[in-house]
Amino acid sequence: MNFAATLRIALLALRINKLRSALTMLGIIIGVAAVIVMIAVGNGAQARVEDQIRSLGSNIIMVLSGSMTSGGARGGSGSQPTITEDDAYALNREIDEIQAAAPSLRGSGQVVLGNTNWSTVFYGTSPEYLLVRDWPVIEGRGFEQAEINGAGKVALIGQTVALNLFGETNPVDQVVRINKVPLTIIGVLDRKGQNMMGQDQDDIVLMPISTARKRVLGSSRFAAGRNVGSIMVKVKDGADMAAAEARMRELLRQRHRLQTGQDDDFYVRNLSEILQAQEASSKVMSLLLAAVASVSLLVGGIGIMNIMLVSVTERTREIGLRMAVGARARDILTQFLVEAVTLSLIGGAIGILLGVGGAMAIAELANWRTELSGSSIVLAAGFAGAIGIFFGYYPARKASRLLPIEALRYE
Amino acid sequence: MSEPLIRVEGLTKDYVMGSNVVPALRGVTLDIAAGEFVAVMGPSGSGKSTFMNLLGCLDHPSAGSYWFGGQEVSALSGDELAAVRNRKLGFVFQHFNLLARTSALDNVALPLLYGNVPASERYPRAERRLSQIGLADRIDHHPAQLSGGQQQRVAIARALVNDPQLVLADEPTGALDSRTSVEIMALLQQLNREGITIVLVTHEHDIANFAGRIISFRDGKVVEDRANEAKDAAAAL
Ligand SMILES: Nc1ncnc2c1ncn2[C@@H]1O[C@H](COP(=O)(O)OP(=O)(O)OP(=O)(O)O)[C@@H](O)[C@H]1O
Ligand SMILES: [Mg+2]
Repeated sequence: MNFAATLRIALLALRINKLRSALTMLGIIIGVAAVIVMIAVGNGAQARVEDQIRSLGSNIIMVLSGSMTSGGARGGSGSQPTITEDDAYALNREIDEIQAAAPSLRGSGQVVLGNTNWSTVFYGTSPEYLLVRDWPVIEGRGFEQAEINGAGKVALIGQTVALNLFGETNPVDQVVRINKVPLTIIGVLDRKGQNMMGQDQDDIVLMPISTARKRVLGSSRFAAGRNVGSIMVKVKDGADMAAAEARMRELLRQRHRLQTGQDDDFYVRNLSEILQAQEASSKVMSLLLAAVASVSLLVGGIGIMNIMLVSVTERTREIGLRMAVGARARDILTQFLVEAVTLSLIGGAIGILLGVGGAMAIAELANWRTELSGSSIVLAAGFAGAIGIFFGYYPARKASRLLPIEALRYE
Repeated sequence: MSEPLIRVEGLTKDYVMGSNVVPALRGVTLDIAAGEFVAVMGPSGSGKSTFMNLLGCLDHPSAGSYWFGGQEVSALSGDELAAVRNRKLGFVFQHFNLLARTSALDNVALPLLYGNVPASERYPRAERRLSQIGLADRIDHHPAQLSGGQQQRVAIARALVNDPQLVLADEPTGALDSRTSVEIMALLQQLNREGITIVLVTHEHDIANFAGRIISFRDGKVVEDRANEAKDAAAAL
């Protein structure tokens, strides 16, 4: 008997019991859809972390002000500024592994343009900042050393600030005021998206560190001296991060004149490492999600086996008749196997459509990032087919092993 | 003397049910020549159906031999038996055994499907058989849309579609009224005249009277085997 005929018989048998076939398929449909959605959600989460790693820049180490031990009382991180602009320049100069180190002073305020305004955060920093963060200027230009040294009244703005203040018009060479200080916009930064805390990184204004200190920050505790809030360091590609970290710590201790036995008065944080840990955990998470979804696929398969067994019992006389008119055991086996596989494949196809739709709906409605992958769809379809064969085989073999006369006489 | 179509020797069938053994057939020996029309009679439980199932290669004998067309059937494998059923035999059952929710045409074409006959040939052949038994206008009907007599005629068309040498009919008129029964017998007689050997089981003497030979069973043995002056069913209508 040829395959087309077997397929026709199988489809006919499935059509005769439409509702039952549909309900049987439901298990597979839900299973496949769940696998696809879960993998999409997992991949989405992973892709988000990967994007963050990319947007942060690679090989980043942060140096933060730590606690200063003063008379036995210790403050928390940053309670007292301990690191300075010059620490940043020294790191740049003296440690080979470091590609760039940028000091930064953070502040917030209103950016005013005519009668519109936008409140945002600003950073006073050095030209190295853009290098450390792999952050290109897409319009205009970056800072010049003269502007850093001379507290130039210039600023770079992020995409969000540009959009909210200028809309479609070109911000370059326009003048905005921050804390009443007029700054000329010399460039616009490329889009970065959200950081790992979900903050919009494009909502930012950058200015020379001297400008921030002397003109914009006003009465802040950073207004005088050389202290900075943090230093961002980029280690050269291929360099040993741990070694770089150790050398940084050593240099800073030396510069801060800390005795052996005395605690660091700064913190060193390897951000890339934190993100990589996050990436690893999101990988485990998506694996777990897929595993849970596979269980429902398995349950769907057992549903198919159950219904096929019922079907074989119910159609025992039909099987006997088919054998009486010349069906061989293997014809019966293929017929029931094809029925099971057809059920699971049709269910799989519907499940794929639902899964793809579901992943899109989740992305749209819940604003979760989902990432559909071709391989997960192929995997789900293959799995559905395999389940049809695996769970269909036992009932089919049972049918094919019936003796013609016993099947015919079955009541 | 030409070889008989069917030869059975000492054909025995015991049904083993746990510890007790039911002897359904106890050494049946007989020949049936090609072209005969045989009626098998006997009381309930005498082994008629058991005998028919063995002739139809649906069951294995416990002992004895069975030659069909000179071939020893007991020696064949399951697949070879399926091939014999498919090419050389046709079955008509008391309860028709048509596939539900399947058209008359597909029902009749079923044996051809398993005989690997291409679709282009399958349906014309099935259609020819259906019109031969007078159901040309019912080919798309499902069994539930046909009367009992019509269903049995579809079943006969199915038994004939593969041009069998032997048609086995176990109480084919058992579920039909007497007039419809005679119609079915007329059809079988016509097929017999065309050269098909027919073995039929019946409880009714009126029906057996349409056959040319009557074999009677009792307690799993042949107790009588005689020629019969066959009545013409078509004339009896
Ligand atoms: N599958 C079976 N298992 C056990 N015993 C069986 C089986 N089939 C038939 N028998 C027994 O074998 C004997 C012959 O049965 P068979 O069906 O051949 O009778 P029959 O002549 O066809 O009867 P009826 O006229 O009622 O159809 C009976 O005693 C019956 O109980
Ligand atoms: Mg019987």
